[in-house]
Amino acid sequence: MTWIRDLIDPQARSWEDFYRNRWQHDAVVRSTHGVNCTGGCSWMVYVKNGIVTWEMQAIDYPKLKSDLPLYEPRGCPRGIVYSWYIYSPLRIKYPYIRGVLLDAWYHARATHADPVAAWASLVDNEELRTQYQTARGKGGFRRASWDDALEIVAASLLHTAKKYGPDRVVGFSPIPAMSMISYAAGSRFLQLFGAPLLSFYDLYADFPPASPETWGEKTDVAESADWFNSKYIVVAGSNLNMTRTPDAHFAVEARHHGAKLVALSPDFSEVSRLADWWVPVHAGMDGAFWMAVNHVILTEFHVQRTVPYFNEYLRRYSDCPFLIALEKRGDSYVAGRFLRANRIERYRNVQNGDWKFLVVDRISGESRMPRGSIGYRWQQQKGQWNLEPKDGLDGSDIDPLLTLLDQNDGEVQVRFTDPASGRTFQRGVPIKRITTSDGEVTVTTVYDLLMAQFGVSRGLSGEYPLDYSDATIPYTPAWQEQYTGVGRDTVLQFAREFAGTAEKTRGRCTVIIGSGLNHWYHSNLHYRTAITALIVCGCVGVNGGGLNHYTGQEKLVPAASWSALAMASDWVSPPRLQNGPSYHYVHSDQWRYEKGLHDAPPDGGVFAKSHVMDLQSDAVRMGWLPFYPQFDANPLELVHRAESDGANSSQQIVDWVVDQLRRRKLRFAMEDPDAPGNWPRVWIIWRANAILSSAKGHEFFLKHYLGTQDTAIAEDLAQGSVRDVVWHEQAPNGKMDLVVDLNFRMDTSALYSDVVLPAASWYEKDDLNTTDLHSYIHPLGAAVPPCWESKPDWDIFKALAHKVSELSAAHFPAPFRDLVATPLLHDTPDELAQPEVKRWYEGECDPVPGKTMPHLSVVERDYTKLFHRFCSLGPRIKEEGVEDRGIHIPIGDLYDQFAAMVPSYEFPDGKFPSLVDPVHAANMVLFFAPETNGEVAYRGFQAREHETGLRLADLAEGNRSTRYDFLALTRQPRRILTSPCWSGITNDGRAYSGFCQNIERLVPWRTLTGRQHFYLDHEAYLAFGESLPTFKPSISLDASLNLIKSVPEGNTLVMNCLTPHGKWHIHSTYSDDLRMLTLSRGIEPFWMNDRDAEQLDVRDNEWIEAYNDNGVIVTRAVISARIPRGVALFYHAPERTMPFAKSPLRANRRGGGTNSVTRLRLKPVLMAGGYAQFSYRFNDYGPAASDRDTYVIVRKLPGKPLI
Amino acid sequence: MHVRCQVSMVFHLDKCIGCHTCSLACKNLWTGRPGTEYMWWNNVETKPGTGYPTLYEDQEEYDGGWELHGNDLRLKLNTRSGELLNLAFNPKLPSLDDYYEPWTYKYSDVIDAPQGSDQPVFAPVSLVTGQEMQIEAGPNWDDDLGGSSVYAANDPNLQALTDAERQQMFETQRLVFFYLPRICNHCLNPSCVAACPAGAIYKRGEDGIVLVSQEKCMGWRMCVSGCPYKKVYYNWASGKSEKCILCYPRLETQQAPACMHSCPGRIRYLGILLYDADRIEQAAKSPQEELVEAQREIILDPFDPAVIAQAREDGVEDKMIESAQKSPVYKFVKQWKIALPLHPEFRTLPMLFYVPPLLPVAGSMHDEIYDNTCDFFSSIENARLPMRYMASLFSAGNVDLVTGVYRKLIATRLYKRAETVGDVESGKVADVLAAACITPEEIEAMYQLTAIAGFDERFVIPPFSREAAIGLVQITQVRQEGGGMGFLREPHRGL
Repeated sequence: MTWIRDLIDPQARSWEDFYRNRWQHDAVVRSTHGVNCTGGCSWMVYVKNGIVTWEMQAIDYPKLKSDLPLYEPRGCPRGIVYSWYIYSPLRIKYPYIRGVLLDAWYHARATHADPVAAWASLVDNEELRTQYQTARGKGGFRRASWDDALEIVAASLLHTAKKYGPDRVVGFSPIPAMSMISYAAGSRFLQLFGAPLLSFYDLYADFPPASPETWGEKTDVAESADWFNSKYIVVAGSNLNMTRTPDAHFAVEARHHGAKLVALSPDFSEVSRLADWWVPVHAGMDGAFWMAVNHVILTEFHVQRTVPYFNEYLRRYSDCPFLIALEKRGDSYVAGRFLRANRIERYRNVQNGDWKFLVVDRISGESRMPRGSIGYRWQQQKGQWNLEPKDGLDGSDIDPLLTLLDQNDGEVQVRFTDPASGRTFQRGVPIKRITTSDGEVTVTTVYDLLMAQFGVSRGLSGEYPLDYSDATIPYTPAWQEQYTGVGRDTVLQFAREFAGTAEKTRGRCTVIIGSGLNHWYHSNLHYRTAITALIVCGCVGVNGGGLNHYTGQEKLVPAASWSALAMASDWVSPPRLQNGPSYHYVHSDQWRYEKGLHDAPPDGGVFAKSHVMDLQSDAVRMGWLPFYPQFDANPLELVHRAESDGANSSQQIVDWVVDQLRRRKLRFAMEDPDAPGNWPRVWIIWRANAILSSAKGHEFFLKHYLGTQDTAIAEDLAQGSVRDVVWHEQAPNGKMDLVVDLNFRMDTSALYSDVVLPAASWYEKDDLNTTDLHSYIHPLGAAVPPCWESKPDWDIFKALAHKVSELSAAHFPAPFRDLVATPLLHDTPDELAQPEVKRWYEGECDPVPGKTMPHLSVVERDYTKLFHRFCSLGPRIKEEGVEDRGIHIPIGDLYDQFAAMVPSYEFPDGKFPSLVDPVHAANMVLFFAPETNGEVAYRGFQAREHETGLRLADLAEGNRSTRYDFLALTRQPRRILTSPCWSGITNDGRAYSGFCQNIERLVPWRTLTGRQHFYLDHEAYLAFGESLPTFKPSISLDASLNLIKSVPEGNTLVMNCLTPHGKWHIHSTYSDDLRMLTLSRGIEPFWMNDRDAEQLDVRDNEWIEAYNDNGVIVTRAVISARIPRGVALFYHAPERTMPFAKSPLRANRRGGGTNSVTRLRLKPVLMAGGYAQFSYRFNDYGPAASDRDTYVIVRKLPGKPLI
Repeated sequence: MHVRCQVSMVFHLDKCIGCHTCSLACKNLWTGRPGTEYMWWNNVETKPGTGYPTLYEDQEEYDGGWELHGNDLRLKLNTRSGELLNLAFNPKLPSLDDYYEPWTYKYSDVIDAPQGSDQPVFAPVSLVTGQEMQIEAGPNWDDDLGGSSVYAANDPNLQALTDAERQQMFETQRLVFFYLPRICNHCLNPSCVAACPAGAIYKRGEDGIVLVSQEKCMGWRMCVSGCPYKKVYYNWASGKSEKCILCYPRLETQQAPACMHSCPGRIRYLGILLYDADRIEQAAKSPQEELVEAQREIILDPFDPAVIAQAREDGVEDKMIESAQKSPVYKFVKQWKIALPLHPEFRTLPMLFYVPPLLPVAGSMHDEIYDNTCDFFSSIENARLPMRYMASLFSAGNVDLVTGVYRKLIATRLYKRAETVGDVESGKVADVLAAACITPEEIEAMYQLTAIAGFDERFVIPPFSREAAIGLVQITQVRQEGGGMGFLREPHRGL
């Protein structure tokens, strides 16, 4: 083989330096990407000649146990092209203001020396205001100076606070975990100012309501390494390789460790390729599949044969043994509420007896009151809030009966409803009759109800299915075929394998679940059906088991210390925190395009309303949900009015306000949101694409918030069905006076904003990053200084704070008082506020702040000191300690220790630890968090020991002297410590899995009974038929109201338009990146089935128009056999700056993105509040948005595309 | 016997998640320059699909690789295009249409657009002509079965299937795809080297990396035609061909190639193989069905004293031999025989090997109802893709060879299932192991390397003696202290 030139002459190879030189670099710095991908990957950034060249993954995560695969490398195709953005033509290098506005501003400034007066003159001029509003999003940006930009923003803020109140300003930034200091910059500024902050987790439909319903926790899931411990992995509505790219290997490797992988997905998705079984459940119908799976598991593993492990697990860790009162309705009964312990003689006088519950004790045969329910948490005597099987009264042992089948006073017929068909069924249930203070009550257990609900007869009478192949009665394997398109045999084998594996492995089965299920209107029900399978098989709280929901990088690990920084509670409290879905549903006027309820409306009672808006209004007035603006008056003005009426102390002011409300002299802004005085006026957006990716009902944002052009044609439908909320004939357009966006790239939100401020990108600033998917904390680091005129978010808000303080001298020269309304909160005694739903405004009870209505607090602010306070760690934290999930950790001495270690900041109020630099803020977070300072963890566990009476502090003993600081993190990612604020255990390299502390240490869940809940007895759940796990199909085309005005134009098809997370972007980020567009199709295409395409005469890569009443999409088609018929995939949130064409159907206006065809819909049952786990917590509770129940008409684009 | 070293690779396709991070790591480091935009030294293809450049596997079209004529091995390119190589006209080059017209966008329009009546967007512009263009093709156009009826349906490997099987591939019960990442195979018998009229392409003696000298290349592009994998690309700006260099600047500094480092699926392995250079030609001339086995034959056992002795004789350093003994590639290719070369019938003896992917079992459809009940794990009998398809890719049509690999992969999973869960009968496990000809010890070792292995076990990078290599040209310390490190341009005395 003489021709292989094994060159002997090394000189001839000296050219090889050509490539060696390209590889050479000058510096390597650790950073990551602050993007909502849940990856949280540590990256090394390469710098040459002061220019970032590229990035490669860090591979130095500390090891877990040696029998687990490693976390290396972590990173994905989007992350590895991030550096493209830094110097791209999309980079925002300078402040920008749209020319129309800037000219008007200069003009106003020329005639008004005072900037606040200048702003007032500008926005009070309706013509000028309309001029710059209609120009939004249509080019015309002009470079501005930092001084001008900050001045205009500060002036608008002060004008708004003065004229309308600070609660008319609003801020939005999502996912603090991805760059928590940058998030805290804006939120700290807003809370010092008094402006509400919008939540994101629920708005994104990433928040799974089933989690708080079941566990009292927003989400608490396993890190991805724990998938490897699983022996049966079901992936449902999650596309692991595509969206969990750095984690997918654990699932693949688990297969080689003997796990089976089953993918439930309507399309042959990427993860389907990794699966042993691909089960193409019809889109949005997963709940039906799981209902039948549960039917089989309960039949075969709980009735035909009992599995001791399953049985014991349910008795200890679930609400199964608890007693439910059955209410007589005609000939039969319906399941009612948990029987309260204080209704029986033995427990008549116990404290919080409405919040303690009963089981039947096998030993005594009597009703007994086990410890651990919510009443124990908030009682005076501490130490009984635990899961020990003991009586709360005398500490005697309790052995709760799961079922009354063998010990009963007979059987009664209970009515069950199948919401999918509307049919009802009478089914026999074993009961006991108990003498109570309300007379004799018929009760059964949750377990017995669960059996009846799932149609498992156990030989009882009534309308139970005959067998598995009975297709007429829910919830058999045969029944589910009509919804899922999956055969009964598959269900059977799946159920047997799932439960069989759980039995053999003591619960090592997991369901990895995501947006594919969570983005449906009835997602909570889909989730609860899967959760049911997990709990009845003992899989929750077990390594390798559990519900692993990953949607949104929502796990901000050091939450206790961070929230003090971010909510400025070191200086002032409470913060104004607003649930995003309600806010946008109301303020962007999307409620106007709805009528009726999307859910089956209750036929009577409090919840029998004909429009969601009225239920939303109820929820606010009863203190269930927050809402800003609070009242139809400026809260600063209200305090003045109270004072002039003689109220002086905080209590007097609050009393005065309550009296005004009672007398209807003061109204909640929620009752009339379209009145100009109640509009949001200034919107500050940072780290977000709030107007595009986050804007479900995007076109309505353009219309009602911005006042610019849109492509919606939906008509007002609400008139008539809305009763409690004021109807304005003409919907207001352009509510926002000013929209400010901090950004490093010209994304859609920046493009539509008035002021764009150049933010330092992720390789130009110091910050912190954590995620659900792994158990490390690591930094973002400045590989190069902020480029051009950009600044880190921390410095931008600091500069804005400075400008606000400066301009305040003339407008808010002295400290002043603000009245803050906040809802009833989770993890506080508010959880016991409302045993029954009573409306004070209907005269059903008194208006009592913090009990029957929102809390009202009087808060002192001082805008002249806003800057100083921003820059220093206030003394309040020293007294109050830090808190997360109800665990209060004292840190007084640690505060002093910290102050002695770090630079200080001095101003007339005193000398405090400095927060001037983002690294100072990062070190504050690390120092006071139990997850990064072992001493704080130890103290937290001591606090929890006090509450529970359990021994727990040993979990932190070994880490007591471990403490991380920012410098340490830049050297190597560090593993989070076992924390009382979370439920997993990470000691000794163990993989984090949610709820292990509950299972192993008997710490209660933060729920009504302290156990995992199958049964939800809040009146709203009873009214809407969701007290037990059940199945409701996706919203039908008719009920969707998507196609009222849109009609077929030529050869068309109606499709269910799904918007899953895509392969070539993380939401909108990277969607405009040249590399990503090159590897995909140069645009975000519209995926459809080949036969559907044939019917539409659309060939691969041809243009289509997809439209409904909400808006229109005009893009190219990808034709593929992997997409099911009747379904289109348009991957989530491409920038609408990509070359989408204009729409002939909508006046040749430019077609939009995914959210151009969606609209917000709120599910009323999820608004419940003031009741145990149904209590508000920011980002962790409330009605989640949804987007999958969306229909579009699709046609081939006629003619040539107009770009 | 003549012992040489080859840095060789295994791609475990069962682990490939199709994320393309590898492609982008490579793109960042090497091909972001003008003239290289369309080059994807590393790319990832969806199978079934037509790949990049489109239909590159079809040598009836492209005439790449070698052909056996009697006992003669000839470049297919030469045998087809006549007696003499026509240097000026090379008809077998992929055209722009077979690749794609590289593009960018008028991004600055988004910030700079004047106030208008509608929202501005960034329009695509060609990197070739600078004009606005319509995007009709890209380097990964058929990703995830995009355009399946145009691309997947025309995958040349489907010729191994019956008409009925081809029909079924796009029905729910059989629908399937998987990913095939590709880089240069750094072949033992590289047809690009043979095709180069300028003698610009060589295979490095110390590690077998095939390089195109950027000094010697004259831009004839015969390498582009000659390579059946189309992994040599012509840089239209520099007028020279370029290809994957296996990140030798990284390897020489003990770092894995960028594509391998960046692989989140952890599918890639790299290590030294010792081979017998004297038997290359013989192996390349084997009958088609025996090509894989013949190639395995010339890979030498690094523990064999005779091999070690000969290696030393041939100038292979001891530390290289030690590295070869730790090589994960040796285990996959030679010991367990579960990694196979891509299209061995091209006879270039590619030194990159693939473990084929396990895929979901086939389902059944009756009355619009789908059922999926036949097997617990993915299986051979109910595979969504017939073994003949895999054989067309990885064993020159030898179905038994591919089936044997699958038996081992499935046996491994069943064995671990039995061990960790215990719901498989022990008799069944024993049967499956026997049928797969694999021992529990081998399974454990395969499992460790497949599932657990960390960076240092997946990438056993040989110790390059850079001090000695530089010393051949210049005294190493003079290089260290003088201007040798990093100066691109030496200053010149005078004006």
